[in-house]
Amino acid sequence: MHAENEVSFRDAAAEALLDPQLRANFRRAMDGLMSKRRAQFPDPGDLQELRDLSTAIRTRSLLALPDLLEQFEAKATRNGIQVHWAETCEQANELILGILRSKGARTLVKGKSMVSEEMHLNDFLERHGIEALESDLGEYIIQLDGETPSHIIMPAIHKNKDQIARQFSQKIKDAKYTEDVDELTAMARKVLRQKFLEADAGLSGVNFAVAETGTLCLVENEGNGRMSTHVPPLHIAVMGLEKVVATLEDVAPLYAILTRSATGQAVSTYFNLITAPRGAEEKDGPREVHLVILDNGRSRIYADPGLRATLRCIRCGACMNHCPVYTRVGGHAYEAVYPGPIGKILTPQMEGVGVRHDLLHGSSLCGACAEVCPVEIPIPEILVRLRREATHDDVGSNVAGRGTGHTAIEDWTWRLWAMVLKHPAFYRIATWFATRFGNLLPARAPLLRNWTRSRTKPLPARRSLQERLRAEGGPHV
Amino acid sequence: MSEARAAILGRLREAGGTGPLPALDTAILERRHWPPAERVVRLRRGMEAVHTEFLEATPGTWPDVVRAFCECERLPNLLFGPSSEAGSVLSTAWAPGDTQLMPYDRPVEAFKDELFSGVAAGFTGTVGGIAETGGLLLTPGPAEPRLLSLVPPIHIALLRASSIQDSFWSAVKHLGWGRSLPPNALLISGPSKTADIEQTLAYGVHGPKRLLVVLVDDLT
Repeated sequence: MHAENEVSFRDAAAEALLDPQLRANFRRAMDGLMSKRRAQFPDPGDLQELRDLSTAIRTRSLLALPDLLEQFEAKATRNGIQVHWAETCEQANELILGILRSKGARTLVKGKSMVSEEMHLNDFLERHGIEALESDLGEYIIQLDGETPSHIIMPAIHKNKDQIARQFSQKIKDAKYTEDVDELTAMARKVLRQKFLEADAGLSGVNFAVAETGTLCLVENEGNGRMSTHVPPLHIAVMGLEKVVATLEDVAPLYAILTRSATGQAVSTYFNLITAPRGAEEKDGPREVHLVILDNGRSRIYADPGLRATLRCIRCGACMNHCPVYTRVGGHAYEAVYPGPIGKILTPQMEGVGVRHDLLHGSSLCGACAEVCPVEIPIPEILVRLRREATHDDVGSNVAGRGTGHTAIEDWTWRLWAMVLKHPAFYRIATWFATRFGNLLPARAPLLRNWTRSRTKPLPARRSLQERLRAEGGPHV
Repeated sequence: MSEARAAILGRLREAGGTGPLPALDTAILERRHWPPAERVVRLRRGMEAVHTEFLEATPGTWPDVVRAFCECERLPNLLFGPSSEAGSVLSTAWAPGDTQLMPYDRPVEAFKDELFSGVAAGFTGTVGGIAETGGLLLTPGPAEPRLLSLVPPIHIALLRASSIQDSFWSAVKHLGWGRSLPPNALLISGPSKTADIEQTLAYGVHGPKRLLVVLVDDLT
């Protein structure tokens, strides 16, 4: 059954649709991202070849996942990286707090990491007296307002320049009001460079982990990732367990398709390959590097052959940029760490298909997401599968919250429906009542109002088809 | 947390591999191949598109080119790695003038404040370039510390035309990075940038505001 405090995507989406500023901000940004991506793939044949290769690499990596994780761990450990494992977000948070406390660290600068959003790490650390500061410009902007990312690549995409200008002038000390993007960027640079200089520790996500060499690969444009991982004496990286691939050669096509799909760039400004902490002869770099590998439901997704493709995702965000629903309602309406199409299949699998089953229906199944996905995740197919999982407790299924996404009134309605269709006598009585009194049913009647919320009330005919055939001398029915 | 490790790996192993291993067709990567002179053109085009500036030089003149740039820009100092190959050539050829050569020869802790606020530019070598997309390959380490190419507002990098590879994929093969990697390796394609405010590109957000490539023509 639904939890009482269930989040309603339907209500949040309806509210977002009424905000013209929000819709304009998203429309402009998504149009730009779509055309930039298109420009990077002028030849459809080449694109398909690169997608096939990328899909094959991710599929192979997942097939060998436990072996690759162990190989990676052994190699990284030999390189001097300390590897930790966490089954849940709580465990991962505790691990990170423990590492920070063991070094007496009070301040943490963060490069962008969606896994740390998944863990709600910032709130957790703040509660334990550690300042966690986002340093990606977009993440910094939303952290100033206490917001969450509305896009996995461009977290502040819901805001426009005027909103950011007002916010900076109010929240940054001695800042003057300006709408000039270069000046706004310079303000953030000034604040954050001081923070990099002073921070006790840095945290980052991981785009790819290489088993053969024990290397962490980080993709970025701003340089805050390099600052967070190389300036403070301690670097902690967090990643989902699906990120590991066999070799650096495998990373090359994935990196190529990631930046092109995400922001329409042939290459990012920086691609940072971290294999070891500061060596004995080195003059800078972190003295310790830790990696926390997080499960949080991923091994359960992995166990289901029909759902495993979810884990191929390289977090490029192309599915959201091309989604007609996401473009109109924005990222916050999903009330989930991962919004858009990938979020619609990932969030219910992590949090339970029952409590988040509204997300599964926030899709027209148009297929745009699957069409642009660089690793060919069949998002619409998985959505349909999860819709069934939400209402059925099938034997052999291991999906979280399966069979709990329905209400008592829905159950009774289906039972009644089945009874009416099974027994001709009930059917005749039901159609007799529907044709005579159906029109008297108010549009706001329970169940019916879900339909009439955005449509006119259906009017039953005055006579059923059977009655008409009989009256017109048709065959006996 | 070895319990977590055992539990996670146990679940993954129990699930096991399903289906055959798909073949890897790397033809698309192998096709990316150009003659050396064309590689230079492509690298330049890719990097200039993201605001990288180029200074042309020859194997004999590049230290003068670096110095002329620094003096022209009135840079008070230039941080470099004195024990690197390029760094030692630079310091030998450096004539006293307006720009002071500043060796990065101490642990960063000894001059962190100065590094962040008192350095005008950093100079590094490179171990290669990427023709397909534009980009430099660096392996920071004891001779050229990691922050040398990151913290100073201007980064000057020495690139030999003959070291430019076709693609990142071919560079990984050529440099043997598939088997083992230095503690840190980097691909850099331009000065640091962001488009987080209204999709408007702004350069110089956290890292260098300018990237200058001293391109040494050693193809002939």
